[in-house]
Amino acid sequence: MIISVASGKGGTGKTTVSVNLALSLTNVQLLDCDVEEPNAHLFIKPEIKNTVPVYIPIPQIDKEKCDFCGRCQEVCAYNALVVIKDKVLVFPELCHGCGSCTYFCPKEAIKEVDKEIGCVEIGEKDSLQFAHGQLNIGQAMSPPLIRTVKQYANPSRTVIIDAPPGTSCPVIESIKGSDFCILVSEPTPFGLNDLKLAVEVLRKMKIPFGLVLNRADIGDEKTDAYCQKENVPILMRIPFKKEIASCYSRGENIVGALPEYKEKFEKLYKDIVRCRT
Amino acid sequence: MKQIVVISGKGGTGKTILTGAFAALAENKVMADCDVDAADLHLLLSPEIEQRHQFKSGFTAKIDKKLCKECGRCVAACRFNAISEDFVVDPISCEGCAFCKFICPAEAVIMQENIAGEWYISRTRFGSLVHAKLGIAEENSGKLVALVRQKAKELAQKEDADWVIIDGAPGIGCPVIASLSGIDCALVVTEPTLSGLHDADRVIKVARHFSVPVALVVNKFDLNTQMSEEIESYCHKNNIELIGKISFDEDVVKALVEGKTIIEYPSKGAKEQIIQIWEKLYQRMR
Repeated sequence: MIISVASGKGGTGKTTVSVNLALSLTNVQLLDCDVEEPNAHLFIKPEIKNTVPVYIPIPQIDKEKCDFCGRCQEVCAYNALVVIKDKVLVFPELCHGCGSCTYFCPKEAIKEVDKEIGCVEIGEKDSLQFAHGQLNIGQAMSPPLIRTVKQYANPSRTVIIDAPPGTSCPVIESIKGSDFCILVSEPTPFGLNDLKLAVEVLRKMKIPFGLVLNRADIGDEKTDAYCQKENVPILMRIPFKKEIASCYSRGENIVGALPEYKEKFEKLYKDIVRCRT
Repeated sequence: MKQIVVISGKGGTGKTILTGAFAALAENKVMADCDVDAADLHLLLSPEIEQRHQFKSGFTAKIDKKLCKECGRCVAACRFNAISEDFVVDPISCEGCAFCKFICPAEAVIMQENIAGEWYISRTRFGSLVHAKLGIAEENSGKLVALVRQKAKELAQKEDADWVIIDGAPGIGCPVIASLSGIDCALVVTEPTLSGLHDADRVIKVARHFSVPVALVVNKFDLNTQMSEEIESYCHKNNIELIGKISFDEDVVKALVEGKTIIEYPSKGAKEQIIQIWEKLYQRMR
């Protein structure tokens, strides 16, 4: 089973929930798909066994063969190729790597070369399997890297995916194919606004979901009212506690510092399994 | 005219709280919310929308079943696995590259333009706000950010404003990169946690990669003073101006619940510190 953890608003506790859930279960794998700002490793402290660079294919023009016919520019939907007189300009940051230009070039003057966008690091901590992606600085497009991280999913284990914040392509790429998605929010106007957006995303993607309400005792009652009205199950409430905030700040885990939480996370998992059946 | 963007790397460190406070403090400015996929600044500024525009961006393939000969070339060509074995396009996976359209011998593929969101120009009690809403599960947040930035700049020129104050997105990817171009100062807000520092470091590297000047604020610094000291020494070592520290203050959430910026709330701790941060920023940028 694949369980993803997402949020809409950032900083609500996705990584906290992913990591502590992973540490409370057996036969589990944690994939950190927040490749722009991966944090789960700061808490898991895995031993990295393998680092695999990730590339996207970008076009390279063979000036000898090119007759500047402009076909590549015509088929490129992203304006990543511009033909001017006797020059072809390539803008790698706009290229999605679809391969269309290479295929349609009548002179076979385009070949695809690899451009590194980041890497996947694979490792483990005790029996927990771990993998995450690290997007290179200055690189705009994270979805291809997220796709690669997900290829390391181990189908014989419970896979927990820590997703990035927001509601756009990196989030979609991360949670696509999940059997269940845990949304993490906090009961503030910002938290609620972004929770509503995340709920719309999950409904559109037809992924079953439930809410973990973090810092459940701050803010106001409106998130509860919304969940009741919209039939969003609240699976768990984590109160605002200085102890929790403090162990988070040091890169420590709740289940380590407050062992009673292990049972709560086990129950969260059981409730998810029950939600699914 | 000076443009300031508030970014953080890590989400939830206080970007919007700070941007909202600057909106209340700065004179003669235009605001822009560039966190287009989870925009929140409107919750503090209560905008009255004056102009509403569609954001059209990108295309999605659609296969006309009547024309399709089921030859399978599109399925083989598509690198995004967006076309099923029975020749239906999954609009979420489709990236609109049109490879399928060009390769289809039966001309059965049409590319439909996406309405990927909306953008607005609004009035607020602090001045004009340009903001946007990316459609659910849509792409191209970077393009929408660039559009919001452009409109905010045009508006600022028209109004002869001194400042464009921009609320940025979390992360380091395309919306953040789009929010950095032509910026006079990227203010990075972080929190005294291991992940806060880790993520601030990455986003600072991105800003510097694009030669954008950076200053740093530590929010809720008293939640872990040891970590705050670590961030201070990080700033020192990397030649980053630490422009201020903000205490953990329950009034911040209370003000938020009332839809007010912290500046409009009877508070002492965080409010005073943010006023000082703005003063320093103002002096630095003037």
